[in-house]
Amino acid sequence: MKKIQNLFLLSIIMMACTVNAQDNAGLRLPAGFSATLFANNIGSSRHISITKSGIVFAKLNAPNKEGKAIIRLEDANKDGIADKINGWGNYGGTGIYVRDKNLYASSDQGIFLYQLNDQDEVVNPTTPKVIVKDLIDRRQHSSKSITLDPQGNIYVNIGAYSNACQEKDRMPGSKGMMPCPILDSAGGIWKFDGQKENQVYGDGKRYATGLRNVIGLDWNTQTNSLFVTQHGRDQLNSFYPQYYSDNQNAELPAETMYEVKEGDDCGWPYVYYDPYQKKKILSPEYGGDGKKEGAPNALNPTMSFPAHMAPMSLLFYKGTQFPERYQQGAFIAFHGSWNRAPLPQEGYFVAFVPYKNGKPSGEWEIFANGFAGTEIVTNPRLAKARPCGLAEGPDGSLYVCDDNKGAIFKISFNK
Amino acid sequence: MKYLIQCCFIGLLSFSAQKATAQNMANGKKIYETRCLVCHQADGGGVPNMNAPLDGASNVVGNDIARLVKIIRNGYNERVALDGYYYSNAMTANPDLKDADIADVLSYIRNSWTNKASKITLAQVQKVKKK
Repeated sequence: MKKIQNLFLLSIIMMACTVNAQDNAGLRLPAGFSATLFANNIGSSRHISITKSGIVFAKLNAPNKEGKAIIRLEDANKDGIADKINGWGNYGGTGIYVRDKNLYASSDQGIFLYQLNDQDEVVNPTTPKVIVKDLIDRRQHSSKSITLDPQGNIYVNIGAYSNACQEKDRMPGSKGMMPCPILDSAGGIWKFDGQKENQVYGDGKRYATGLRNVIGLDWNTQTNSLFVTQHGRDQLNSFYPQYYSDNQNAELPAETMYEVKEGDDCGWPYVYYDPYQKKKILSPEYGGDGKKEGAPNALNPTMSFPAHMAPMSLLFYKGTQFPERYQQGAFIAFHGSWNRAPLPQEGYFVAFVPYKNGKPSGEWEIFANGFAGTEIVTNPRLAKARPCGLAEGPDGSLYVCDDNKGAIFKISFNK
Repeated sequence: MKYLIQCCFIGLLSFSAQKATAQNMANGKKIYETRCLVCHQADGGGVPNMNAPLDGASNVVGNDIARLVKIIRNGYNERVALDGYYYSNAMTANPDLKDADIADVLSYIRNSWTNKASKITLAQVQKVKKK
């Protein structure tokens, strides 16, 4: 009898394993890839970063039920599922970045530095060093994403607290301000020293400007330069129905990726990028009509994506686990749109752009899909998970976190 | 005869009031679709963290009518707490909307999806002073 019971149990376990393996945590992936649900319901997870030992750190949008907003996840038995989860930090935010024993986390106003010990546990959970403080936070586009260059300088986006720099934000007919006064302290990427304490605006440098709101940014070690993904402007057709139809609003402007060098200008708020005309079009708040071009000196994007999909994280793949065509390429986590309505929402997936020698070698493609748990998303609140953060594990697996309930997916290639 | 005319008049009046209700809803829907839907969504569900939901929102079906009128007229540019969540996007002002249109769109919002609340009348909107 006991034997039968055991057999029965074994078959259930086997069934469960098969289901789990085929299930890929609900994701649809290219052939040869598989996924596990590394963690779930840890709280709205914005960005993640992983140590050389494989410890995952997640930054939560707001403290979870236990009042923690930085979560440490460890997979001690290496089964692809975190088995030791704890946290600290009582402030919400987006940015997190670990390099060696330095763990940086951001609130919407500043950047903090924690020290890790040999087990990659935090040493000073309540007494981090304040690296940067007093950054602008006016709610709109207030999240601060961070990345480091090889020298340890820190780059932070400071989003524009505006849609298109109108005299009155999001007011129909209100003109764009010339020059846009927001750009002196927001709407760009700022560079700070990674170790100096209590830095404010004056200690940093405006590295790149004309970026409405960047949430995804990564230092590409191949090109030795910074890449960023911008969230394009909203409401072209609700404010300018004479120039744009509902359908055009749903497709304009493109979400864009730029390679930025010091001093570069990406054109916001004066222009937006039209992926069909492949031109920088003058914003209607500045006299544009959907055709007139503007800002000739502003950068062109290195890649453009459909409108409103909201690129939340950018990661250049450094590992060798994934097949060759993925190596050195860019993964982008898209949050999914909200302002394509009345058309269905789109873009609840992770995309991939192949790169060779620092330039895109093909068009973007969907890499991982199925996060929303439903084919057609009519309202973002119906999406089960919304991809938000990306990180690469030491074995070359790709981790994706979600800022709805806080799931983390681990995607691997099995050969 | 005079009585008959009066009767007719009252009948017409109540008839037109009923008819106007359907018109209110139709006009409210039209305004909702052109001005509100892109942010608050077709199902009134809003967008997590950004745009507040209208469907099932306690403030929206509540009795502080003056606040609702002011939000539609003047927009809203504060981080708003609603039923335990925060929403951060600025709301567009609608200074060009007529009082009757504000009444209609509010009536529509308060009686769409799962919302069932009293209708908003023109008089209620007019009572709220413009800033």
